[in-house]
Amino acid sequence: MHCKLILAAVASFALSPLLSEVPSAIAIKDAHVVIGSGAELPKGTVLLRNGLIQEVGPNVSIPADAWVIDGAGLTIYPGFIDALGTWGIPGASAPPGGAARTAGAGPQAPLPQTTSTPAPRIRGPEDRPQTYTNERAADLVSPTDNRLDAARSAGFTTSATFPNKGIFEGLGAMIDLAGERSGNMVVAQPIGQQVAFRVGGGGMGRAFPSSLMGNISYVRQLYLDLDQYKKAKEAYDSHTGGTPRPEYDRYLEGLAESPRLLLPADQSQQIDRMLSFGAELKVPFVLYGLHEAYRRVNQIKTANVPALVSLKWPEKPKDADPADTPNYRDLVMREQAPAVPGLLAKAGVKFAFYSDGVESAPDLKKAIKKAIDAGLPRAEAIRALTLTVAEIYGVADRLGSIEKGKIANLTITKGEAFDEKSTIEYVFIDGKQFRPSKEMQTGLPAGSRTRPTLSDTAEIKESNR
Amino acid sequence: MKRLFSLLPATLALAASLINAETLLIRNATVLTVTKGTVENGSVLVENGRIAAVGKSVSVPPDATVVDATGKFLMPGIIDCHSHTAIEGGVNEGTVSDSSMVNIKDVIDPNDINIYRALAGGLTVSNVLHGSANAIGGQTTVIKLRWGKTAQDMIFEGATPGIKFALGENPKRQGQPSQNFFSQGTPQERRYPGTRMGVEEVIRESFADAKNYQANWKEYKDKTTRGEHPVPPRKDLRLEPLVEVLEGRRYVHAHCYRSDEILMLLRVADETGFKIRTLQHVLEGYKVAKEIAAHGAGASTFSDWWSYKIEAYDATPYNAAIMARKGVLVSLNSDSDELQRHLNLEAAKTMRYGGLSETEALAMVTINPAKQLGVDDKVGSVEVGKSADLVLFDKHPLSNASKPLKVWIDGHEYFDRDKDLEIRPKFQADKKNLLDKENAKGKEKAARPTSL
Repeated sequence: MHCKLILAAVASFALSPLLSEVPSAIAIKDAHVVIGSGAELPKGTVLLRNGLIQEVGPNVSIPADAWVIDGAGLTIYPGFIDALGTWGIPGASAPPGGAARTAGAGPQAPLPQTTSTPAPRIRGPEDRPQTYTNERAADLVSPTDNRLDAARSAGFTTSATFPNKGIFEGLGAMIDLAGERSGNMVVAQPIGQQVAFRVGGGGMGRAFPSSLMGNISYVRQLYLDLDQYKKAKEAYDSHTGGTPRPEYDRYLEGLAESPRLLLPADQSQQIDRMLSFGAELKVPFVLYGLHEAYRRVNQIKTANVPALVSLKWPEKPKDADPADTPNYRDLVMREQAPAVPGLLAKAGVKFAFYSDGVESAPDLKKAIKKAIDAGLPRAEAIRALTLTVAEIYGVADRLGSIEKGKIANLTITKGEAFDEKSTIEYVFIDGKQFRPSKEMQTGLPAGSRTRPTLSDTAEIKESNR
Repeated sequence: MKRLFSLLPATLALAASLINAETLLIRNATVLTVTKGTVENGSVLVENGRIAAVGKSVSVPPDATVVDATGKFLMPGIIDCHSHTAIEGGVNEGTVSDSSMVNIKDVIDPNDINIYRALAGGLTVSNVLHGSANAIGGQTTVIKLRWGKTAQDMIFEGATPGIKFALGENPKRQGQPSQNFFSQGTPQERRYPGTRMGVEEVIRESFADAKNYQANWKEYKDKTTRGEHPVPPRKDLRLEPLVEVLEGRRYVHAHCYRSDEILMLLRVADETGFKIRTLQHVLEGYKVAKEIAAHGAGASTFSDWWSYKIEAYDATPYNAAIMARKGVLVSLNSDSDELQRHLNLEAAKTMRYGGLSETEALAMVTINPAKQLGVDDKVGSVEVGKSADLVLFDKHPLSNASKPLKVWIDGHEYFDRDKDLEIRPKFQADKKNLLDKENAKGKEKAARPTSL
C-alpha cells in the first residue's frame, strides 16, 4: 500500500507540470459576450476545448476539467482579424504602399537590381516582370515573426497575410497569430492573390513596367495568357497522343489557383478604374485602400464588391514645409477618410479594416477609434474586424464569431473595445491563452515618466507665447 | 460634410446625363461657324445637346434658357490634337521600344486641374497621347473636357482610337552610350535603338510581327470554320493594336521633326500597307509638304515653338501655312498644359506668318483637328446637327485681348467665368477652415506628450 501511495505521488508529480501548461478546457464565465453575428449576451459563458468553441450561452454547464476565468467586468469579442497584411512573415517590410502612393513616382520602386551580376533585362510582359503569383504566404509564415506580440496586444488573433513583393504579390493565407510551428498557424489557403501597382523607379531602358498603364496592361495580359493556358491544357489533356504539350508555367499555375483578386484603389478615379478593370477581368475581386471612397459609396454598393479600408489614415506629412499650402483635395481627404467606414456601413457595403503598416497596439486602437468617432457604430467596427473579414475570404464557417464549432479565437477586454481607457486582458488563439502586456498597449516602457520630444517642446513654447 | 459638398461647384458632384436636355438659346452674338461663314447678330439654338438652329433670326421655344451674347463672339469648341493632360502614373512606358500594349484610356485622371484650366481657355476636345519615348508608343484616346465627370464619361464616344509613334531624338536617346546631359542610364540600361535607322527598324519589325500574328489568327479562324478545334494562338496585347492599324481601324499619330524621318515613315507605311493619320510637331514638314499631301497624312504642328533641340532647329512659323497651301490638312496643337489654354491665339499667328484668312486660322484649331481625329461629323464647327460644343468670347477669339466667358460641351455649361470668380472666396474660406482645423489638431497633439 505504501508503494501505491508513493506511485500515486510520483504520478501526480509527473502529471502536474503537464496539467499546468495545457488545460484541456477553458471556460470564461459570466462575461459580456459579443457574438459577432449580431447577437449579444449581457452575461454569458464561453467554453473552449481542443482549440475550438465547444459551447456559448447564458447558462453553460462547466465541465469538471475546465479551467475557469471569471468574466465579471470583461467583454468577449471574436478575435480581431487583419483583412490584409504581412503579419506572420518574418522580415517582411511594411505592406505595399496603398494605391495613392503608386500614382506618380512611388517610393515603392520595383525590386532594386543592385546585385553584381546584371539581371536579365525585362523586355516586356512575356518575361513575367515582378510576378510572384505562385508564392504562398502559408509557406513563409513563422511564429518567430517579432511583430506577433504587438499584433496580439492590439487584440488581433488572425491575419489575412499576403507576401508583399512585386506586382502580382502572391497567394495569401488566413493565419492565426500564434502556433508551435509554422504549419499550425495556417487556417486556410490560398485566400486570394494581391496586386500592387509599381509605378516610377523605371524609365527608359529599365525594367518593364514603369508606368501605371504598363502595370495595368501587364495584369490584363497575364489573365489573357492564363485563359489561353487553360485552353491549351484542356485540349492537350483530351488528346495527348500525337500533339505537342503546352509549356508548364508556374506563374500561370499560381494565378489559376487564386480564388479572388485584390486590387488597389485609394482615390476616386482609381476606384472607378478598378471597378471596371475587375469586371473586365471577369474574376471575383476585392478593392483595398479606399480613402477617397466617400465620393464613390453608391458605385461600390452597386458593384457589390467587398472593400478593405486602410487604417493608415492620410495625415499631414511630419516633415511638411510649413510654407507649403497643401492641395485642397488632400485636405478634404485627410478630413473625410475616417468617415468612409461609417458611410460604407450605412450603405450596406461589405467592408473590413486592414492594418496597412500600422503595427503598434496604441496606433491600431487610435486608428479604429478614429473611424468610430467619425460615425461608424462600434458594433459595425467589430464586425469589420471579425465576421466580415471571414465572409470576404470564405472562412466564415470557422472564424469571425463566437459560435459553437468555430475556432477558439477570442479578444477579451476590460471596458468596451477601442475606448480610450479600455484594455485587452486576454487573447485566445486556437484555444491558447495570451496575456497581452499593458506596456505594449500604452506604448510606454514599464514605469517610465512621459518625456516630450524636441518637437513637442518647441510647439508648446509656441503656444505659450 | 454636406456643407462641404454644397460649396464645391459641379466639379465633384456627378450628373446623371452627359447631354444637357435643356433648351438653350445664345442670342445676338457674332457667330463664327468656321465652315458656313460668319453670322453677325446671330443666334444659336441648342436642343438635347445638339445645335438645332443657327441664324440671324431663330425662333425661341418658350422654355429656353436665354444667354444674351450681344457684342460677344461665339465659336466652335477648340480641339487640341496633341495633349498629355489628365494622365495618371506616367506619360511614357519608356522601358521598351514598342509599348503598344499600354493604353492611355486606362489611366485618364479626370481630377487633373489642367482640364479645368484648359476649359477656361476654350478647349473642349483633347487627343490625349502617350509620350514620345518610344518608336511605337501606347494606344491613345480622345476625350471631351467634361470637367466633373468620371474618366469613363470623358471618353469621346465614337472617336476612332489611336496609337502614338515617335521618330528622331526622343526614342533613340536611351540607346546612346555617351553620358551627356540627355542620355540616361548606365551602359547596362541602354535600350535599343540608339540611332534613327534603329527607330525605323523597330517599326518595321513590329509590323512584321503584327503581320505574322494577323496570319496566325486568320489561320485559326479558318480552321474553326472548317469544323476543326485548334487551340487559339496567344492573344498578344502588343500586336493587337498594330493589326488594327493594318486594318485601318486605328489611327497613327507620329511625332517627328526632320524631313528625312518624315519621308522614311511615309515610305515605311506605304510599303507595309497602312496610313499615317497625322504627323505631330512635323516642324520640317514645309520641306516635304507635297509628299505629306500625296500620302494623305494630316499635320499637327506648333505655331512658333522651335530650337529647343537640334532636330527642332530648322523650323519656321510659316510651317502651318506652307503645308496648308500645299494641300495638307493642318492643325495647331499645344503638347502643353499651358499652351492648350490659348490655342485661339496660336491660331491667330498663322495670319501673321503665312497670310491665312481668319476662317483658315480658326479652322486650325477647330474643324481641321476634328477632321484629323475623324470626328468632324460631330464637332469642329457651328453647324446644325453637330454637338453643342461652343465657346463664347468677349472679343474676337483671334485678338490678344479676348478671353472665354462660357464654354459648353454637349449643350452643358462646363465653364462660366463669372461663376468661377464668384465661387473663389467661398472656396478659399473653405480651404482655410480645413487648414486651421488641421493646424489646431496638430498643436493639440504636440501639447499632449502621451501617446494615448
